[in-house]
Amino acid sequence: MESFKHIQTAHCENGVTVSLLKHNGVKFMTEPLAFGLGSGLFYIHIPFMKVNNGPAISFRTMPGAIFKRTCKSLDIKVERKKFKSKTEAQSFLNEKLNEGIPVGCQVGVFHLNYFPKAYRFHFNAHNLIVFGQEDGKYLISDPVMETTTTLFPEELEKVRFAQGALAPKGQLYYPKSVGDISEDLLRNAIKKGIKRNCRDMLHIPGGIAGVKGINYTANKIRGWRDKLGERQAALHLGQIVRMQEEIGTGGGGFRFLYAAFLDEASEILGNDQLLKISDQMTKAGDLWRDSALQMSGIYKGRLNSQKDYEDSAALLNEISAVEKDAFIQLSKIVY
Amino acid sequence: MKKSDLPQDKSDLVNFTREVCYVKNENGKYEAELSSGWDVKTDALNSAWLDIENRITEAKNLFLSGEASPIEYYMELKLMDYTVLAGYTGFWKWQIKKHKNPESFNRLNDGKLQKYADAFGVTLMELKKPSF
Repeated sequence: MESFKHIQTAHCENGVTVSLLKHNGVKFMTEPLAFGLGSGLFYIHIPFMKVNNGPAISFRTMPGAIFKRTCKSLDIKVERKKFKSKTEAQSFLNEKLNEGIPVGCQVGVFHLNYFPKAYRFHFNAHNLIVFGQEDGKYLISDPVMETTTTLFPEELEKVRFAQGALAPKGQLYYPKSVGDISEDLLRNAIKKGIKRNCRDMLHIPGGIAGVKGINYTANKIRGWRDKLGERQAALHLGQIVRMQEEIGTGGGGFRFLYAAFLDEASEILGNDQLLKISDQMTKAGDLWRDSALQMSGIYKGRLNSQKDYEDSAALLNEISAVEKDAFIQLSKIVY
Repeated sequence: MKKSDLPQDKSDLVNFTREVCYVKNENGKYEAELSSGWDVKTDALNSAWLDIENRITEAKNLFLSGEASPIEYYMELKLMDYTVLAGYTGFWKWQIKKHKNPESFNRLNDGKLQKYADAFGVTLMELKKPSF
């Protein structure tokens, strides 16, 4: 068996997907491609739910979906297991490692001690790869880290059985069998990934998801200052930026990633329209960064009038329009 | 974002890692590049921590004035919400809410208190009498 190679990526689940697939012979896999095949781009603002006392917002699709969809679209069989017993979870992991199979694990970051303390919240949808054992420690390839690291068995157990929302329950996953991936299969997978992403961004009913969800947040922002008071309202904006840009999450970052995917897709499919839409996604990413910069004026206390909140909201409305237009164009492409 | 615009500000990631970002290079092609951080993000994170410090102080004062049990304080200190604490202790959320009341907390036996101590990563003594 070939030795495992650590790959650093912008986002953890993309990273695990890329590393595990490459290790299993899918040499052409890149982070943007994994993200696009998995229809990773998303937006959702879940009402009535709080995360760390702020709004519950996500810029990407649900945890686990990118790996699952990317593999499925390339006819790759996947094994995924959750555990009730900690002992069982560890012995199954050891069994796989003894067979020379690197394994993806969902973990919580609060007890992940190689992370900087400032980033350690009770966030349970982080992903890493365990690829071996040495001197009583597990060898860890965490995609957001520049180099590999290690965890003692009790440390790994703790993060695999972290508690709270999205508790990982020892969950692990790996590609079971990879067949021949023809160019045709890849092309179809790309088209399917784009189509599904159009559906997720444009057609989910209810008004809190996709491009409509961005407007939903904008409307909320307009009312925050009056409803929550200046301090809490500013903190809520800070939370949006953190969800958008923080290590391993993305946001503006995810938009650039999707733009990079459309570039690759344009080359593989020989379609120039995709290149143009990629530019538009880049614009959306730039606008997300502008909005983060504007919001930072508020949570740093430099800006605090209602008009400043209106400006934040207006920027989000603009982003929503840009992304809507991009996905409408994507959904109209005839290959 | 252009490669030349990628921020390289100081952040809490120093000595831990740098982040991969996708940027456009001189030829208009996307490539992955490392960033040490961006002040806008660091400020958001710092303001969140400032808020946490405030919450901890408030919970500490509630404990000292006898209005809340140490559970309130430790939940803030360990950034836990009810779902997280319920997961680690096995208690229901409504039980935890009740145990935030000092009277109800004082009636708990050591076995139950130990569950809280374990969840917070402190000793039984530290749970009963937090040292600030």
